[in-house]
Amino acid sequence: MADTEFEPRIIAFLCNWCTYTGADLAGTSRIQYPPNIRVIRLMCSGALDPVYVSKALLEGADGVLIGGCHPGDCHYQTGNYKARRRVAILKSILKQLGFDEDRIWLRWISASEGRLFADTVTEMVAALKAKGPNPLKGAWDI
Amino acid sequence: MADAAVDKRSNAVLIVGAGLSGMQSGLLLAQRGHPVYLVDEAPGIGGSLHLLDRTFPTDSCGLCISSPTNATYCPSIECSLHPNIAPLPLAELLALDGEPGHFRARIRRNPRYVNVERCTLCGDCAAVCPATRPHPHEGDLAPQKAIYAPPPRAVPNAYVIDMAACIRCGKCVEACPTEAINLDEQPTEETLEVGAVILSPGYAPFDARRKGEFGFGVLSNVVTSIQFERMASPPGSTRGKLVRPSDGKPPKRIAFIQCVGSRDQTVGREYCSSICCMYTAKQARAALESQPDAEITVFTMDIRTFGKGYERYWDGVQQEGIRFRRAMVSKAKQHPKTGHVALNYVGEAGGPKEEEFDLVVLAVGLESPQSARELAQRIGLDVNPYGFGETGEFAPVASNRSGIFIAGCYAEPKDIPDTVAEAAAAAAGAAQMLAPAPEKRPEAPTATVPPDAEPAIGVFICTCHGTVGQTVDVDALADYAASLPHVAAVGRAEDCCTEQGIASLSAWIKASGVNRLVFAGCSPRLCQTELAQALARAGLAEPLLQRANIREGCAWVHRDSPAQATEKAQDVVAMAAARAVHANPVKAQTAPVQEGVLVIGGGLAGMTAALTLANLGHPVTLVERETTLGGQLHNIGFTAQTPNPKAQAEALAQKVTSHERITVHLGATLASFSGTGGQFQAEVQKGDGERVPVSVGAVIVATGGREALVHEYRYGEDPRVLLQGDLSRVLAGGQESLAQSAFRDVRNLVMIQCAGSRDENRPYCSRICCTQAVKNAIRLKELKPDANVFILYRDIRTFGMHELLYRRARDLGVVFVRYALPDKPVVEPAADGLAVRVTDATLGEPVLLPADAVVLSTGIAPNPNADLAQLLGVPLDSDGFFQEQHPKMRPLNFMKPGGFLCGLAHGPHFVPETIVQAQGAAMRAAAYLSERQRRSKTTRVDVNKRLCSFCGLCVSACPYGARVMDYDERVARVLTDLCQGCGICAVTCPNKATQQYTFEHKALLAEVDAGALGL
Repeated sequence: MADTEFEPRIIAFLCNWCTYTGADLAGTSRIQYPPNIRVIRLMCSGALDPVYVSKALLEGADGVLIGGCHPGDCHYQTGNYKARRRVAILKSILKQLGFDEDRIWLRWISASEGRLFADTVTEMVAALKAKGPNPLKGAWDI
Repeated sequence: MADAAVDKRSNAVLIVGAGLSGMQSGLLLAQRGHPVYLVDEAPGIGGSLHLLDRTFPTDSCGLCISSPTNATYCPSIECSLHPNIAPLPLAELLALDGEPGHFRARIRRNPRYVNVERCTLCGDCAAVCPATRPHPHEGDLAPQKAIYAPPPRAVPNAYVIDMAACIRCGKCVEACPTEAINLDEQPTEETLEVGAVILSPGYAPFDARRKGEFGFGVLSNVVTSIQFERMASPPGSTRGKLVRPSDGKPPKRIAFIQCVGSRDQTVGREYCSSICCMYTAKQARAALESQPDAEITVFTMDIRTFGKGYERYWDGVQQEGIRFRRAMVSKAKQHPKTGHVALNYVGEAGGPKEEEFDLVVLAVGLESPQSARELAQRIGLDVNPYGFGETGEFAPVASNRSGIFIAGCYAEPKDIPDTVAEAAAAAAGAAQMLAPAPEKRPEAPTATVPPDAEPAIGVFICTCHGTVGQTVDVDALADYAASLPHVAAVGRAEDCCTEQGIASLSAWIKASGVNRLVFAGCSPRLCQTELAQALARAGLAEPLLQRANIREGCAWVHRDSPAQATEKAQDVVAMAAARAVHANPVKAQTAPVQEGVLVIGGGLAGMTAALTLANLGHPVTLVERETTLGGQLHNIGFTAQTPNPKAQAEALAQKVTSHERITVHLGATLASFSGTGGQFQAEVQKGDGERVPVSVGAVIVATGGREALVHEYRYGEDPRVLLQGDLSRVLAGGQESLAQSAFRDVRNLVMIQCAGSRDENRPYCSRICCTQAVKNAIRLKELKPDANVFILYRDIRTFGMHELLYRRARDLGVVFVRYALPDKPVVEPAADGLAVRVTDATLGEPVLLPADAVVLSTGIAPNPNADLAQLLGVPLDSDGFFQEQHPKMRPLNFMKPGGFLCGLAHGPHFVPETIVQAQGAAMRAAAYLSERQRRSKTTRVDVNKRLCSFCGLCVSACPYGARVMDYDERVARVLTDLCQGCGICAVTCPNKATQQYTFEHKALLAEVDAGALGL
């Protein structure tokens, strides 16, 4: 893979009720998108520990996508607002450390937005290709 | 009632119409253990729900919110998964013989031409199908093949052929990889033995072609609200983009025309369809969302936003800059070149007007479907002149034929919350006709793996009839899986979702001796119940199952790059395997459930709920603060169909007090309340101070409300200013009581609507007052034809069939004068009585009306509920009524499990609506209590006491109040019954003392590592 075009690796944390279901809808509607994404299902975007995001980036993921229900639509009432705050803080910390915080994307994608999910992945892959590999990749290999 | 052992009645129920109403009734009856046949003429269950992009007043699909604790996400899926529900799509009820308890229903099942078990939704058939037809689901705005897939959420989800469009070329038969298609399939007939029948065939939209002046079907830029709904829906005909059908351009000026096929004598639809005002508000908002610069105009007669929370929704929409024109459009014509549609109407200031729009949306009303009218005739049901099922005021879900119940829009057009309530009430009616459901078998205990056992992971790949293999190299995937750490065995099958598939999977687990399973196949949102069953048969608990989604999440979306898709599938399996190592074989816990129910409030709602529950076999404790039963029923003079509601109250009270399973405490209040759903402990404080302990499984709040009082319009200062309730009690006694009352010599009577209502003090609409005023006006005109009655109103909200009363009042000469805020009417003393000064909003002129008496419509105010709400631990809404769990899908439940509400405690309601809610709440409680052993969820969280530092962060993070500080033990506890398993507290916990089952921190980190590192 290394000798051809750079293929970013994205870790996605998707909430069970909206974005994961939306991703499933992309599947059942056969909407095609690039295979660079590895999905981890959470019950709620509010159940995303920022440690997971940092861990993924330290281990060499080129980007992290977080998907939740639209504001006001959270299955657990307010989980997506908590996610929004946590991600904002995490991004500002990573920025302070000199890390490109735009590798972390938080998106609201509902269960009926299969197309939006596919478009988001396509867009993110293109954006990460432009950025190049995660500079932390391999930094911890001793 | 006969003993259960000799009860010869059937315990099964037939539901005709599997829309929201049918599904809700079915789920409740199935939960109680009754076999349910869910018949629908469509190829799938779900009814009109699939049409809707979003629903008011929450503007979300919101179906998933209805069941936060279930693994499933929408009623269609729940119905398909429930072992007691047999969905029978493409079926019709031909005939119904017999009597309650012993019906024989003859059913015809029409062919689908596609085998549901074999169809894998690959779409190869539709790709080769040469026949197309207009897409009915998209309001004919898009083409569809003769062989087509139902909407994404449909159950069963398999292709179906429309034989009317099919040309029988046979290309699909050749293309189908699983040989699922049979063009020669024939209809079959069968007879079902059932004890009761629920009819919920729903509605049909009014055919807008019948209103020729709007040009629908001729003018391309005039669409119906259903077509608009599909346009605005992301999976719909235009993928959520608003376009003009004539040229595909985004419309800027959009007009909505209300009451198309409603409140209209010219097309024989005199009734109001009840939901169109709100759905137009919703659609107007959706249009603005998609096109913020759109200019939206709504042409309407009245704004009817009478439901709970609707007035606020309406206010919000109005503030977004939507124009409302109180005018009736007389003509539409489309410019052939520009495509603009010009509408003619009479403006508010008078005089004809013409205005141009890019797109015109007709808000079509609802009518009774033709097939439902024919069905009613076949089985001998009474219908009203409009073809809707006829029911009684005090038996609102019972048809004229005993044992047959009516729910949903088939009774009259209605919105989702009312449908959900009515579906539950119909289920309650049916349940009383059925033989008791078989006692539920206690669940087989599932063995667990000792925590210290070395993980031995089995990876089982389901290729889903080869559809996964079309993209992913399954051999390479299996080889790779076998090389992963801790993987002891790799298996493979084609179809794990079938009964044989489950059996072979569990045999494989046993034979290979694995203690964890990674299942690589479809999405974890599907087949979870079936797979858990396979594990349980092999002695493994559900948490030991990990899912690797290689179908929806891989094979189906990466068809163009098979090599990378295979790599991804390998990663996905590796991630699941890494997580499986940490799987925690937690045992599900069970707790016993009390059978009894506490009903708080002895009015119409409380008495009805108590009687329903007692008839369903539950012991009931009824607590009433007053010394008599009956509540507001004593204060209602008369209703539309009942001359003497007081007599009804007494009859009901008699039934309640003499029922062997009901204990009534009069003059009593609730002194204490504790426990969780299934096991509540309460103390009832009687008038003499004695405290009676009560142990119940559920509680129903039916504390009622009352006619509101006001401090305006000289009420309380002048004896000639009275309330509608006063007038109604006088009129109920006929000429005799009229002659003795303050209204004796009345020549001019002025009624003022929305007195102290729909303003800053009580910003909600009380729903009933317009009809109450109209009903009183009619009776007064009947008793005293020479009296002049003026009704000063803001919007006349005589929704549904109440509209017929409004029409009758106008025919009798009642004068309606519209006023608009901020110009409220003013009541002032005059030489010979009173006078009311009002600005007629239609004329824009001040009017002075003489009045011998003024009657105020003040609406319904909540009782002071705050103390009770605090004691029960349930919330009040901003108006002081009790707050339900979800405004649409759970109107009768509290968020607190085991808590239910009904009647005026929920919000303003008519008598039949109150009865529906009470019966519905009782049915919901009965279904809840039928699970004798309540199984705790395996997605909940638990706390490691040793690690908990008692900081309390989890308590503030929990959206459900399920985390509490235990000051004795100094640990933050989890109230398992309240916990919905979101895992938010587990993230918040700084010590990781809180862990979410099956989402443990360690397991997630292992999965992240595996995913980030890759191969």
